[in-house]
Amino acid sequence: MLTRRAFIRRVLQTISGALGAASVAAVVFRRRAAANTKTARWAFLVDTYKCVGCGFCVKACKLENDVPYEANATRTWVERYILTKKGELLIDTPKGARDGFISPNVQLGKNTYREVKPDEIAKAFFVPKLCNQCENPPCVQVCPVGATYQTEDGVVLVDRKWCIGCGYCIMACPYGVRFFHPVYRVADKCNFCYHRISQGMKPACVEACPFGARLIGDLSNPSDPVTQYIMTQRVGVLKEDYGTKPQVYYVGLSKEVR
Amino acid sequence: MEVHGEVWTLKELFVYPNEYIYWSVQIVMYPFMTGLVAGAFVLSSLYHVFGIKQLREMARFSLVLSFALLLAAPLPLLFHLLQPTRAFNVFLTPHFTSAIAAFGIVFSGYMAIVASEIWFVYRKHFVTQALLLRQKRDRSLAESLLHLLYSVLTLGAYDISEEALRKDEQAIRWLAGVGIPVACFLHGYAGFIFGSVKANALWMTPLMPVIFIMSAVVSGIALCMLSYIVVMEARRRRVSDAFAPYQMTREQIRGVELQEVTITARYLVFFMIFAISLELLDLVFREYTALKSWDILRRVIYGRDFLNIFILQYLVGNLVPFALLLLPRLTIRRAVVSLLLVLFGVFMMRWNVVIGGQAFSLSFSGFMHYHLPIVPHDLDTFKEGALGAAVILVVPYMLFWLFGKILPVFEPEETH
Ligand code: SF4
Ligand code: SF4
Repeated sequence: MLTRRAFIRRVLQTISGALGAASVAAVVFRRRAAANTKTARWAFLVDTYKCVGCGFCVKACKLENDVPYEANATRTWVERYILTKKGELLIDTPKGARDGFISPNVQLGKNTYREVKPDEIAKAFFVPKLCNQCENPPCVQVCPVGATYQTEDGVVLVDRKWCIGCGYCIMACPYGVRFFHPVYRVADKCNFCYHRISQGMKPACVEACPFGARLIGDLSNPSDPVTQYIMTQRVGVLKEDYGTKPQVYYVGLSKEVR
Repeated sequence: MEVHGEVWTLKELFVYPNEYIYWSVQIVMYPFMTGLVAGAFVLSSLYHVFGIKQLREMARFSLVLSFALLLAAPLPLLFHLLQPTRAFNVFLTPHFTSAIAAFGIVFSGYMAIVASEIWFVYRKHFVTQALLLRQKRDRSLAESLLHLLYSVLTLGAYDISEEALRKDEQAIRWLAGVGIPVACFLHGYAGFIFGSVKANALWMTPLMPVIFIMSAVVSGIALCMLSYIVVMEARRRRVSDAFAPYQMTREQIRGVELQEVTITARYLVFFMIFAISLELLDLVFREYTALKSWDILRRVIYGRDFLNIFILQYLVGNLVPFALLLLPRLTIRRAVVSLLLVLFGVFMMRWNVVIGGQAFSLSFSGFMHYHLPIVPHDLDTFKEGALGAAVILVVPYMLFWLFGKILPVFEPEETH
């Protein structure tokens, strides 16, 4: 016969035993996991000299990341900057440049365009944009439920099952890269194709760019060519004064870039 | 396929492709409502804590109104969320680096204070009603329910001796005292939600919480005065309709009403001066320091939003009522007009902050126009349109009316 006291003791023993085993297992597995993957620090390198504004990256991103093709929102986009000889600055990104820049006219409003003749132009260039995976991300700071979070390897992700759709992160991002996904109705943005890079593949846009204007690298690996470039060459980042410490580096930035 | 916000946003010049007016009319309603809550509470505390006797009638009234508004205050947020069914996640995994995360805690804490203050104020009423109904034989169903309700509301505390009531008074004063900073916090914190967004050039200023608190007090006092006038007028009408001998004649009611309104108006003007000075300070400072963002802000403030800011908010919503209230021999009619204008002015201030803050692109090179959806054609345009906003305005009054059924909010009373 089991007395009550003996019963309780046995129950407690079983529970503590299980807890002990679980914590040992947790420590062991955590160690092993840490040993296997030395944490990367993902960074991006954009060479604006090489970009021709074809928009292949935008198209590839939409298809890869399940952002409705027709929706006026996109995880990455390309901007066109034209400085005229008169000093007028014209910027546009029709449909995020999903279809490339097929017209020389600059879009000023929904259906308004400004005609630009080739001999008017003083300088012109393209600037691809994407989430900067900020080291100090305001979007993560302001999310009230922790649905937007930063992984150990520095990528900022959104938990689609937990986001309440308040839009605070969209307001907080100085780069305007976030939007509400039209189907899932939660915050969405570029995540460097996390599902691909964590499997040793390259992001869809990097694969799609025919001119090598987009590169991904691991800053924790000193022999990574992207890391070496960032370390040894002159690169810039966007809107540094917000203190976000962006991790998308640009070659050939110009003061006109917004 | 439309992205959220696309229907009511019109873009001009260079705007990033994902930028839309994401925070629309409900985010205007939210600070407007919490502002009314805080203001109404501060007004009632002026009597309870500082013993400003002339505000007695208004104090009881404001307290209950504040509670009704408080219960409705989370509604605009719920209407705004794209995943309202997950709203509870904020309590499950509050992420405290976010200014919104503490909302649930601040809000419930404040609710507890206001609810207990109301309980102490009306405890005597609960007890007498419960005892009265208990003695009654063959109660109707409604009366039985009322009996149950009042008995529950007493929370088992049936002692209404002099001594006990004196203790109640003490508790009320104490709660009202604690409530003032908490009310200011609740609202200042709504200001912080905006003021701390460093990406937004218009919002980011440490003055934001203080500006919000001042305008909150202004709007709260104005709403209480207005509601008070409406209720008193209704009472006056009732007196003339019925022949039963009431305690007060029509003239007497008018007299009390005018006196209360005149006195409260002084406090209103006082707080208005504070609010306007702070807002102007902010504007002057921006203009003087002329940071990088000033170029686009100037075009929004003095150009696109000129009508909204200088005509509707400052002139119609501040200057005109200010003058009307300060002119000698205030009449009820003049008071009503100025109070409506004050409320409108505070609403426009919220509008100009929330919508105005999104009137320009983060690129500083383009603009966004907001078109408030009037006729809804789907859930989004209802919730975040004129109708949704109207719902938010009506709900607190329905609650207030309901409270009036069980609490003697409108009757003149000897105590408190
Ligand atoms: S770029 Fe914007 S969305 Fe991306 S991490 Fe930085 S703040 Fe967050
Ligand atoms: S929209 Fe979602 S991810 Fe963004 S702050 Fe709100 S809950 Fe967090």
